[in-house]
Amino acid sequence: MTAVKRIPKDQIAIEGLTGDAAIAHALKQCDLDVLAAYPITPQTIIVEDYQKFAANGEVHCRVIPVESEHSAMSACIGASAVGARVATASASAGLALMWEILYCAASMRMPIIFTVANRALSGPINIHNDWSDTYGARDSGFIQIYTQSCQEAYDTTIMAFKIAEDHKVLLPIMVCIDGFILSHNVERVEMLPTKAVENFLGVREPFIKLDPDNPITMGPLALTDYYFEFKEQQERAMEAVPEVFAQVETDFEKMTGRRYGMFEEYRTDDAEIIIFTHSTPGGTAKATVDVLREKGEKVGVLRLRMFRPFPTKEIVEVVKNAKAVIVFEKCRSFGAPSNPLALELRTALYDLEKRPMVVDFVIGLGGRDCPPTTIVEGYEKTKEYLKKGKAPLYETMGVRK
Amino acid sequence: MNPAGKHFALQYLREETLQSPFCPGCGNGIITNCFFKAVSDLGHDDLSKFAFVSGIGCGAWIPSPHFRADTLHTTHGRAIAFATGLKFARPELEVVVISGDGDLAAIGGNHLIHAARRNIDLTVICSNNFIYGMTGGQVGPTTFYGDRTSTTPYGNPERPFDLSRLVAAAGANYVARWTTAHPNQAARSMKTALERKGFTFIEMVSQCPTAYGRRAKTGDSTEMLKWFKNLPVRKKGEAIEHTVPTHQGMDLGVFADRHEPEFTEAMEQTFGQLGEIR
Ligand SMILES: Cc1ncc(C[n+]2csc(CCOP(=O)(O)OP(=O)(O)O)c2C)c(N)n1
Ligand code: SF4
Ligand SMILES: [Mg+2]
Repeated sequence: MTAVKRIPKDQIAIEGLTGDAAIAHALKQCDLDVLAAYPITPQTIIVEDYQKFAANGEVHCRVIPVESEHSAMSACIGASAVGARVATASASAGLALMWEILYCAASMRMPIIFTVANRALSGPINIHNDWSDTYGARDSGFIQIYTQSCQEAYDTTIMAFKIAEDHKVLLPIMVCIDGFILSHNVERVEMLPTKAVENFLGVREPFIKLDPDNPITMGPLALTDYYFEFKEQQERAMEAVPEVFAQVETDFEKMTGRRYGMFEEYRTDDAEIIIFTHSTPGGTAKATVDVLREKGEKVGVLRLRMFRPFPTKEIVEVVKNAKAVIVFEKCRSFGAPSNPLALELRTALYDLEKRPMVVDFVIGLGGRDCPPTTIVEGYEKTKEYLKKGKAPLYETMGVRK
Repeated sequence: MNPAGKHFALQYLREETLQSPFCPGCGNGIITNCFFKAVSDLGHDDLSKFAFVSGIGCGAWIPSPHFRADTLHTTHGRAIAFATGLKFARPELEVVVISGDGDLAAIGGNHLIHAARRNIDLTVICSNNFIYGMTGGQVGPTTFYGDRTSTTPYGNPERPFDLSRLVAAAGANYVARWTTAHPNQAARSMKTALERKGFTFIEMVSQCPTAYGRRAKTGDSTEMLKWFKNLPVRKKGEAIEHTVPTHQGMDLGVFADRHEPEFTEAMEQTFGQLGEIR
């Protein structure tokens, strides 16, 4: 890689793209060797668009239309094992069908980029957005980054390769967009010249690879003797992510002027109540906060981007002086004391002597709409709970009871 | 049975779920009628002796939620596995799987061949439209070589499965392939399949003008039905040679017709006496 320079405005292409199309365009510029996927709504357009680029000879990549998602992730590992740069895309049941192989991808340290259009899981079958699919895979060893806009999805997809392929990391990454809400909505996207992306990413340099001249074995048996050590190494790789991530963002910022961080802080400086969420509800929350601020409310938003590894220390720094943190999350962990996002936050805050109150709202399952009024309702409830000095462990909102 | 002026199929349908979600010109309505013709010819006034299982896709929408019957709508590819469990728990029920080619032969292909190998007493009806219809027309394992689809804009480099030959070779007791342009033959074969013990498979070649015909340039529904009408029909007892299906060279008719031992009975024979030992 040569030094990264700011890309002049006249070299930037501006287009109206859906979230899916933005990701497809990013993948087009990332010089993939192999993409393997199986169609599933609302991700399908990513692969359809990419397939067109491939068929038109615009990319030098083999696209494998495999017969299931299980095969898609398997094919990705096969290609990644010989040093290829690979990607796939899926959602919901498709991601669930990859389950077994997700763990292989992460533990075999394959830097596969997996773009996900978050969608609810069966049953009943539902094609709309919630986060049950990727939250379920939170322990698989994938890095997870959730994005709020089409531009962010485009930028993050490009940066993901550089993070994943860094030898300090070597982990697969899920880049997530909200199904339909982002995957099918058109937004303004600034696209880099392909040369600039190629220069930014360089060619993948595998740490090890299958090579008949230097034969090795990948993924053999490790029992009570070494299995645990492998898991320890995976954890160390996760620990290395924030530093590599920051470096990659710094380089990207030099080129584009844009950086996103592991999370976004919005009007949190003097906030007494902080809203904690991610993906598209992050945008709704920010717009709502603007209105609440006009009314004199001291409220801000912490929009998470990186759920794995969870930026524990950094988040504690932001929220520790608030009176309350309101979690809005689109997933229910059935039978759990609260839900995935709040569980992480509560764990992170536990050791503080004086903790903000954590209020957890489960919203939008199966794509149920979450308008600004949902945010306001949660905010008003939280103020009540603060007065009482007590809140329930979690609540569902916007559901018939 | 039918109040005057009512279509015979309505007695088996939940009228409140109509209209169906299928596109105008879709073949799935014809498949539905063929099936009900078979059911009616077998003397059933209702579907109380049946249980239906379907996966995910347009074809899978045929029984669920439309049939006035117990229907289990499952996940993409797994219908036959769910149906296997159902059959073992209630062997007296006529268990029927109705689903698409992608569901049964791509993502769920393994279940299909293993159910046929075991010769379990299920009837599987496959709406084969050569495409993943519901997701908008991507190439699948039944798409013809050279076909243009949304993921093969310049033609499909892969060869398709011959589903009927595949299932016959895997061991099913009865296998037939018809099209939506052969409703009477199809209904007769479905009747035989429902009566026959063991694994039975009816491949219904069906027009999908929306997701297949448009890109593959096979015309609208009428033109596709004309195409189907001209497909060759196998002679009785004709040897089954290896062929790769093509637009014109896809033979119709019966591919397996035998009475090999059925799986739930074979299980009973093998393990039945264990009860006495205990
Ligand atoms: C595990 C999983 N992967 C992908 C999908 C998305 N999906 C739904 S229907 C379908 C294809 C259906 O094709 P087919 O079975 O041929 O039925 P058709 O719609 O053509 O009748 C796909 C890929 C899904 N629901 N679940
Ligand atoms: S997409 Fe094709 S298979 Fe599905 S309902 Fe429409 S015509 Fe029928
Ligand atoms: Mg189909």
